[in-house]
Amino acid sequence: MQVAVKLFAHFRNNRFKKEVRTIAPGVTVGAIVTELSIAEEEVGVVLINGRHGSLDQALAEGDILSLFPLVGGG
Amino acid sequence: MADRIYRVNMSDLTSTIEDVPEAWAGHGGRGLTSTIVAAEVEPTCHPLGKHNKIVFAPGLLAGTYAANSGRLNVGAKSPLTGGIKESNAGGTAAQFFARLGIKALIVEGKPEKDVLYCINVKKDGVDISEVPELKGKGNFDTINAIMAKQGENTAVISIGPAGEMKMAAANISVKDPEGHIRSAGRGGLGAVMGSKNVKCIAIEADDSSEVQIHDPEAFKAAAKVFAKGLIDHPVSGQGLRTYGTAVVLNIMNEAGGLPTRNFSAGQFEGAEKISGEHMFDVIEERGGKTSHACHKGCVIQCSQHYHDKDKKFLTSGFEYETIWAMGADCEVDNLDQIAEADHLMDDIGIDSIEFPVAVGVAMEGGLLPWGDGPGILKLLKEDVAKGTPLGRLLGSGAAVVGKAYGITRVPVVKNQAMPAYDPRAVKGIGITYATSPMGADHTAGYATATNIMNVGGSIDPLKKEGQVELSRNLQAATAAIDSAGLCLFVAFPALDIPECFGAIVDMLNARFGLSLTGDDVGALGLSILKTERGFNLAAGMTNKDDRLPEFMAEEQLPPHNVLWDFTGEEIDAFWDF
Ligand code: SF4
Repeated sequence: MQVAVKLFAHFRNNRFKKEVRTIAPGVTVGAIVTELSIAEEEVGVVLINGRHGSLDQALAEGDILSLFPLVGGG
Repeated sequence: MADRIYRVNMSDLTSTIEDVPEAWAGHGGRGLTSTIVAAEVEPTCHPLGKHNKIVFAPGLLAGTYAANSGRLNVGAKSPLTGGIKESNAGGTAAQFFARLGIKALIVEGKPEKDVLYCINVKKDGVDISEVPELKGKGNFDTINAIMAKQGENTAVISIGPAGEMKMAAANISVKDPEGHIRSAGRGGLGAVMGSKNVKCIAIEADDSSEVQIHDPEAFKAAAKVFAKGLIDHPVSGQGLRTYGTAVVLNIMNEAGGLPTRNFSAGQFEGAEKISGEHMFDVIEERGGKTSHACHKGCVIQCSQHYHDKDKKFLTSGFEYETIWAMGADCEVDNLDQIAEADHLMDDIGIDSIEFPVAVGVAMEGGLLPWGDGPGILKLLKEDVAKGTPLGRLLGSGAAVVGKAYGITRVPVVKNQAMPAYDPRAVKGIGITYATSPMGADHTAGYATATNIMNVGGSIDPLKKEGQVELSRNLQAATAAIDSAGLCLFVAFPALDIPECFGAIVDMLNARFGLSLTGDDVGALGLSILKTERGFNLAAGMTNKDDRLPEFMAEEQLPPHNVLWDFTGEEIDAFWDF
């Protein structure tokens, strides 16, 4: 199945902004993070379709996963 | 030398230097400006009349080597909200005040004569000079004129044409170390300064004296722990430094809480083009500066120098709120146009949240097409700067513009425009907008941190549970941080790293020889909120003013299709303390 992965802030460095990836059912956010060589403790916010998610959450067909380091400001 | 209160009476152009009354001694920054306004300003007075006073105060830690301690707080009765107002900015003024031993400068009265004045603050007192040559001048020309006359190393607080014309969205500018501008933006404080014919305040540098510290060793140790916290935390040490505050734009867009097209949607198609990541790339490519400090001693450095296409300096302190307001809220997806507007708004001296949000409302009414960046630039140059009837209308803020155009979708609380987080999708910030004595103000209790960014814990932004308590705790903490004179961004590490928060308390204790606890500091914050609310109630506001506009309970916000669903009673529970 296919999901879209979006990266932000320095996660983009040497990676990408957005990529559509084919994954097996049951693959978790954590597994994708590991595959991208991002340390789990570096992940500040996980959004799945714009809602807060967690690293152990499994993705579904068509999900949009957005990964952020800890950011803030305003 | 003990700190003193400097008082300037613009009615008879005299000044006095007074001892600090007992009741004010423990206050600084916002706590002090609000205490003085509540004590000395008749709540029902006209904000632009002779009975209003404007108070400038450095924070309790200003002038020390505590990192990020150079914020200047300004307070008065607001011509925008009709309630009490405190707004703060970086720049060099607070540190200069502190070094001169000035705990607060109170400007009161109103001159008979129709001429502009400069208040010159010096080691041995104050003198007031006429500056007719600065009439109608922008902030940059004003700052340059003062620097030419009194030396580059003079701190300057000034207003632009918007303040002179007493627009309710006029702000106050504070010169930064390089002669660029930081703004005490909100609530029309520039109009109050303008109503007293004060074009500028020039503060002499006094490098010979230092602020007194009761226990220098303990202070040094605490300041070190504090600075380390700021550098170690990823938000303050990495994200803000690299991408500026605009780093927040993409996350708000992804979370569906980025107010778009006058608060009618939560996501903006052009978000990427105005994001912090994009700004970083543009700055690098054009040889600007991606990080820059708005005052000496800032280790976070969220500011930047943004260059234009010809690689020439265009603007600094280019903030998320400004970028969002003219960007997503007016649907302009061109960062260069927004940067030019930022520079113009600095020069004219108008709040870069209130003005573009007012334009968004006017766009809804058909003034300009959505996304018309050049049209907005033209409005700034030809209408606001020159004070045409249209310029004055837009300079009166979003609420007035909404009335003029007969619009129901007007995003204000207490007549102040909402900033860059839609309360339907970030419910915690909605409680802050509703209850803050300042009107809709994100900085008053930045619940977005815990709702969206997982800082200080995490609370679901789309649910009501825990939001009132979160906002109360954050508003109390913020009032305390504003009193210390610290940049609010220290809250990110202070919320997550207990030693970093403890270090703030330790620095206050070491500076003044006190033995405050963390709880005392929280209690100070709560008592400041009560003082401010007390002023608003006495000015005629009620709990019904603590409400969000009706449309937010009736128009669903895409993409989550959420409504604002707090009852009045649930909001009022905020004040149960
Ligand atoms: S972090 Fe930004 S706003 Fe805060 S003191 Fe530094 S430059 Fe100024």
